[in-house]
Amino acid sequence: MHSALNKNGDIVVPRESSLVWHDIPDEEFEKLDQSAKQSEVVLRKSKSYWQDAWSRFRKDPLAMAGLVVIVVITLAAIFGPIFSSYSYEDQNIANQNQSPSLEHWFGTDKFGRDIFVRTLYGARISLTIGFVAAGINLVIGVIYGGISGYFGGKIDMIMMRFVDILYGVPDLLYIILLMMFLGNTLESILIALSLTYWIGTARMVRSQVITLKFQEYTLAAKAIGSSNLRILFKHLIPNSMGPIIVTVTFLVPSAIFSEAFLSFLGIGIQVPMASWGTLVNDAIPSLFTQPYQMLFPAIAISITMFALNFIGDGLRDALDPRLKK
Amino acid sequence: MHLLQVQNLRTTFRIDAGQVQAVRGISFYVKKGESLGIVGESGSGKSVSMLSIMKLLPQNAELQADHVQFNGQDLNQIDQKEMRKMLGSEIGMIFQDPMSSLNPLLTIGDQIVEPIRIHQKISKEAARKKAIDILRIVEIPSPEKRLKQYPHEFSGGMRQRVMIAIAISCNPKLLIADEPTTALDVTIQAQILDLMHDLKNKMQTSIVMITHDLGVIANMCNRVLVMYGGTIVEEGTIREIFYQPKHPYTWGLIKSIPTVSTGKREKLIPIPGSPPDLIAPPKGCPFTARCEYAMKICEKIPPQQITLSETHRAACWLMHPKASGVAKEVTV
Amino acid sequence: MVASKEKLLEVRHLKKHFEMKKGLFASSKSVLKAVDDISFSINKGETFGLVGESGCGKTTVGRTILKLYEPTSGQILYKDTPIEGLLHKEMLPYRKKMQMIFQDPYASLDPRMTVGEIIADPLIVHSMYSGKERMDRVKELIELVGLQRDHLNRYPHEFSGGQRQRIGIARALAVEPEFLICDEPISALDVSIQAQVVNMLEELQEKFGLTYLFVSHDLSMVRHMSHKVGVMYLGSLVEYSEVDELYTNMQHPYTQALLSALPIADPDRAEQSERIHLQGDVPSPINPPSGCAFRTRCKFAMQVCSEEKPLLRDIGNSHMVACHLSNQ
Repeated sequence: MHSALNKNGDIVVPRESSLVWHDIPDEEFEKLDQSAKQSEVVLRKSKSYWQDAWSRFRKDPLAMAGLVVIVVITLAAIFGPIFSSYSYEDQNIANQNQSPSLEHWFGTDKFGRDIFVRTLYGARISLTIGFVAAGINLVIGVIYGGISGYFGGKIDMIMMRFVDILYGVPDLLYIILLMMFLGNTLESILIALSLTYWIGTARMVRSQVITLKFQEYTLAAKAIGSSNLRILFKHLIPNSMGPIIVTVTFLVPSAIFSEAFLSFLGIGIQVPMASWGTLVNDAIPSLFTQPYQMLFPAIAISITMFALNFIGDGLRDALDPRLKK
Repeated sequence: MHLLQVQNLRTTFRIDAGQVQAVRGISFYVKKGESLGIVGESGSGKSVSMLSIMKLLPQNAELQADHVQFNGQDLNQIDQKEMRKMLGSEIGMIFQDPMSSLNPLLTIGDQIVEPIRIHQKISKEAARKKAIDILRIVEIPSPEKRLKQYPHEFSGGMRQRVMIAIAISCNPKLLIADEPTTALDVTIQAQILDLMHDLKNKMQTSIVMITHDLGVIANMCNRVLVMYGGTIVEEGTIREIFYQPKHPYTWGLIKSIPTVSTGKREKLIPIPGSPPDLIAPPKGCPFTARCEYAMKICEKIPPQQITLSETHRAACWLMHPKASGVAKEVTV
Repeated sequence: MVASKEKLLEVRHLKKHFEMKKGLFASSKSVLKAVDDISFSINKGETFGLVGESGCGKTTVGRTILKLYEPTSGQILYKDTPIEGLLHKEMLPYRKKMQMIFQDPYASLDPRMTVGEIIADPLIVHSMYSGKERMDRVKELIELVGLQRDHLNRYPHEFSGGQRQRIGIARALAVEPEFLICDEPISALDVSIQAQVVNMLEELQEKFGLTYLFVSHDLSMVRHMSHKVGVMYLGSLVEYSEVDELYTNMQHPYTQALLSALPIADPDRAEQSERIHLQGDVPSPINPPSGCAFRTRCKFAMQVCSEEKPLLRDIGNSHMVACHLSNQ
């Protein structure tokens, strides 16, 4: 074995024989205190997955604008009507079909009802439908898709064929049938929308779970003795949460739109309650005489759609950075 | 005049958390016909330094070099397009994962014949003949039949042979192999290393072998660069590095691997701690935090490269005359 | 180190076959014999090294012992109790005794959990400790593997490979196991870090009297770690013995080739050493060669090798070899 430093004493005198080289004071060559050195340091600031995603989301101006718009609309829908002197059902024949003014910001309809207040009420209904329907679909989709994907085999086969059958029937058809059967209430719209919308979520969750269940951390969870349900809900679902949230975010606008569409057809919310769909529907006869009656609710729908879709896009980029170019 | 000469190369990556200084001012050369090993752990900058020279870095990378010369040509002056032409004709590359470097939708034949046609401007038939010859050189049995097959029909070792065939198809002057055997089993690794050894002797190609495996270095290379924390801490011939190492990191590398001849349970001597974070690299020597001989100066000023022989250089404060005695007892 | 000769784990004629679907129609199935009839035993406090190349079934052996895969046939005895047929609930007490360290420190830790949650997970599953005591135990474990308490609130991606592997070790040790399956625990790590982890495993073995099944492709690390070694090729054990006997008296041509293929990190010896060249690749385990599976790459192959599968035979010193050459 060879000595590291003094074998043949072959250290060639360094070229760097400048003053600096020799002027370094002796005490600089004392050994460092070993205990003072921190060998296991993790320097970077700790950031959880969600904090990290938020920091990416924040940098997306369109998504942030969308978020602000949705927050403003939601707040307005909750608190706006409280501060208004009108209510959504107060009819005032004397004030019918008034153009927008300081008194009535969005004008009044043919019964003299304040369209601004009715639009805010419409927002309540529409947003409620959007978020509640998305929430119900989230729960059903995650559980159904999770079980189907994790257990696989025959269970998966049967569960997925059932989904295929549901998917094969045009949803509008049985939504309309259901609405006629259950009556035109908020609850029945929610039930109708919840029956079919979860299919996409379930399929997405299933494919996520199938990829993740072969990851080594799933195996590690099995090795420590975790039960199947614990593995599914403690490890697999939380790790699929990114794509799940993205899918659900896109469900909100499509649920709002479906409701508006149903109301527009006249099988949605019943008078005197108003959703954006019914407001647009009500405004059709006076489209050429009082266009503002349709304009404001239509703008409300459009802005909300845009905002939610921007949020969805932003979330997708933030939660799944691989998809970003 | 060396085949490849690099002066003061720096590569930085911009990421969310800041600037990663992956390569921090390295200088080295590759002689004609030699094989140079670059050894270091992941994140030491060994792959990035070669990719920088080849201009194969992602968009978020920035690189600077005082001087990069290949075969008499100044690589600082040429753009990415010209570089692409040079890759595959004058410089061949072999990567760690042969599966992801082959296109699964094209036959092996298409992937070998095409580059030959493009770079050598010969007919399809002539290129096909040449491809068969090359497959024979890399010892792939029944090459005529193999040309019509797809990558998934090849085993890992065979795919790596195909990659080598593609890399040498235009008689490159320099072959860069980035961990070419890491993904392979030992018996297959031995086959590939032997093949590369034979090729080097037959074709007079220079090889740059990037690896973390000192065994591969000892078997394949003439000279070695030891990289740590984006810098070259020691360089020398393999005998200088294995038998007269001067840098504590090189000592650590050699001592931390067991040899088959070692009796059972002779305690391994690990290098404690983890490699430095190159977003905020240490001010002094990058190895200070893990070095058992670290001195006060090591934390403050990065050590200079000290020439020990014509081929042997090392950057460590222990070689300063005033540091004599700190690590005298060390033997490898 | 003195190891008592008490058998902790014994595997008898263990087989694990996977059914592979061929083509579109499930009717024509082929069988992948990942593990095909292997038997060995591990004494308490010792390390059994299992070596072989990728696809030889060594990882499957470890996973089948832990019943992460259902064994196709054969027996797994833990302290003389057969565990191969146990259901999830009945298996739980054994899961506490047998733990595993995984190969890939990047994939084996749940990226959404903090280090503290990861280490506490087995304690929750086995309802061990509660509240503050559980937290204390987690703190004790993180320090046991050389990391710090304030690392507990961080996420796995903030750690280096070696640090992550230590977190994996802390998780495995949480339930105070007796037996650890180390499935290539260092092959994904840098050389300078490998020795850290190996030394830690050795220290823990000494401290807690642990028994290891050390699965690896690295012959030199296996020699360093193990008391007994088994060499696998295509689902079968071809050679099996005490470590020193095996490395000084290699009998099977495959073991010899495997050792000689290992690049020696010493230029002088690398120059002198004569390599045994193995031709070709490992055959597919779906359709292995008849007789001795190694005969297609063996330069000593004889007529009998293609006709008859050689059985493990004791050639003295409890050195078992499965080769027709050793029978003569």
